[in-house]
Amino acid sequence: MPLSVLCGEKNFYKEYILKIIACIKQVPDSEAKVKAEGGQVSWGDAPLVINPFDEYAVEGALQQKEATGGTVTALCIGPESAKDALKHALAMGADEAVLVSDPALNALDTVGAARVLAAAINKIGGADMVLFGRQTLDNGAGLTPAQTARVLGWPMLGLAGTIKVEAGSVTVDRVIEEGRQTVSAKMPAVLSVVQSIGEPRYPSFMGIRKASKATIPVWSLADVGASAPAAVITRSELINPPSEETNVEMIGGESAAEIADKLADKILAEKVL
Amino acid sequence: MKTFVYIDHFKGEVQPSSWEAIGLAKKYGTAVALIFGANTDEITKSALEYGADEVIVVDDAALTDYRAEPYASTLSALASSSTPDLILFPTTARTRELSAMSAVDLNTGVLTDVTGFEVNGNQFVATRPIYEGKLLEKTVCSGKPVMATIRGRVFPKPAREAGKTGTLTKGAAKTESLSTVQGYSASESAVNLGDAAVIVSGGRGVSNNPALTPPAGMDEKQAEIWRAQQGFALITDLASLLGGAVGASRAAVDGGYITYAHQVGQTGKVVTPDLYIACGISGAIQHLVGMRNAKVIVAINKDADAPVFKQAKYGVVGDLFQIVPALTEAMKKKLGK
Ligand SMILES: Cc1cc2nc3c(=O)[nH]c(=O)nc-3n(C[C@H](O)[C@H](O)[C@H](O)COP(=O)(O)OP(=O)(O)OC[C@H]3O[C@@H](n4cnc5c(N)ncnc54)[C@H](O)[C@@H]3O)c2cc1C
Ligand SMILES: Nc1ncnc2c1ncn2[C@@H]1O[C@H](COP(=O)(O)O)[C@@H](O)[C@H]1O
Repeated sequence: MPLSVLCGEKNFYKEYILKIIACIKQVPDSEAKVKAEGGQVSWGDAPLVINPFDEYAVEGALQQKEATGGTVTALCIGPESAKDALKHALAMGADEAVLVSDPALNALDTVGAARVLAAAINKIGGADMVLFGRQTLDNGAGLTPAQTARVLGWPMLGLAGTIKVEAGSVTVDRVIEEGRQTVSAKMPAVLSVVQSIGEPRYPSFMGIRKASKATIPVWSLADVGASAPAAVITRSELINPPSEETNVEMIGGESAAEIADKLADKILAEKVL
Repeated sequence: MKTFVYIDHFKGEVQPSSWEAIGLAKKYGTAVALIFGANTDEITKSALEYGADEVIVVDDAALTDYRAEPYASTLSALASSSTPDLILFPTTARTRELSAMSAVDLNTGVLTDVTGFEVNGNQFVATRPIYEGKLLEKTVCSGKPVMATIRGRVFPKPAREAGKTGTLTKGAAKTESLSTVQGYSASESAVNLGDAAVIVSGGRGVSNNPALTPPAGMDEKQAEIWRAQQGFALITDLASLLGGAVGASRAAVDGGYITYAHQVGQTGKVVTPDLYIACGISGAIQHLVGMRNAKVIVAINKDADAPVFKQAKYGVVGDLFQIVPALTEAMKKKLGK
């Protein structure tokens, strides 16, 4: 950090010690064979893991903590079993973890999740930055980060591939379809983080030990001071997609040219060009 | 029934599935296109030609660059005053944010990445993939307006009628913003995988050509990337001949062979082209979930047991460094190019 910046700030330590929250969800592992059974989602005995996209949020939070100093709190809404996902974040290096769990949260849509997360963030005592994953593997909405920002009234910096904090503001490179867009905002801010941030670190041995001993506070809706949000979005039916087992037609031949010639004819016959 | 259709654009380029959303809206009554930005005359003209009955233009220098907050506030204000039944968006990074925020303002919800849409009684029922497309769900939104982002290339694109006109209304911008756009750099190769009709993708296999001798002085990693670039050059030749885009597996992205913008799969893009050619990609589940809805999948892989063949319609067991250029040549001849 340039000296001019350091000296220009009166409350240097106050300014530069970041309070970061990473919001994570627990989901069935992506290798799981997920099926609809009796109107319910079943993933057999596949393990539940931290949503892979949210590992980037934890990684991004830890990078900022290392760069600037600060604390990282992992926050999750989920059943008791979701403590395992929080333990993964602790093992990666997060300082604290909080689980919000309440029977009234069983049918939560993203606006509801955003309201409860915002209440929990306030109860934690606010933050300089709240980091999210891009989307969940199970629901796949990709809405919760912006909705939480809106509920809090904080700026939203979505799809951050890099994060830079300087003098009370945060600048990110947004990774969008069209390229990279550099956007900045005053903190506190909400960010969603994507893969370009870097591979999530593996939990260290020490980290795993620390996590296994940690007690994770569990807050009810009443604890965070929120009422049960009524879901606006509800599922009416669950469907197994038609089987996609294709019967592959293998194309062989004496030479690459011969194979390519046959394959080209097949592709042209499909009339997809 | 009145539907707002948000026309998503970036630097004057419209996300083509915006037009698909106009087509869908027309099935249910009036389609009102919403166009936010600055200097939007061309976009307005196109929206009318693609069938919008009415266009509400919010043309304001303060909206030149998309930013979530002012765009969402502008949308929420318009929806509050003219009370549409439905708001449709193409699914993009911008519309997920914008619809998300407006839904909070309007006390409603958003159905994202919708692949099917029907009316049941007085309810809209949307079909959307969940669990990475391993399941589908039908969902309803009890709020009003119902908001939905549609997946690209799923709903038919309406025919364009040159010179068609319609009602034009000016809307007011909400300009309060909490963030500032500092700059933009285009991806070195413009990739819009979501709209591509043809995608040719490369995986870790594109670096596997021991016959190529890299320039002197490279270490092992540099040599691997150099080899991969030769491989991707072949893939790019085929993709450009077919008017398509270049995709990649995560292994190729992580290997530094190509940028993340090209990644197909769970942590990359979910694509639905008419033709997907996977070259040197093994077919891990996280890759397959991103491309298995392509109409025709062709796999080229050295390993006859690669799982990618289970998902493919046509397969070739062979070296991509031989098959891909040969296929480009064969296609050139047959297409008369
Ligand atoms: C949480 C999570 C998210 C992920 N997200 C994604 C994602 O979004 N997208 C994605 O792609 N992956 C993703 N992955 C990674 C995925 O599991 C695989 O590791 C990855 O897809 C493998 O890439 P690949 O097929 O290119 O490489 P490999 O699996 O190494 O396969 C290379 C293939 O190339 C073939 N080959 C080698 N040389 C040649 C040659 N000369 N000619 C022809 N064929 C050749 C080999 O036979 C092999 O089948 C994710 C993984 C995790 C855990
Ligand atoms: N139950 C939850 N608890 C904590 N964070 C969540 C929860 N659900 C979603 N999130 C966060 O919001 C992001 C987007 O979720 P979604 O909008 O459901 O796709 C996730 O990547 C998480 O960072």
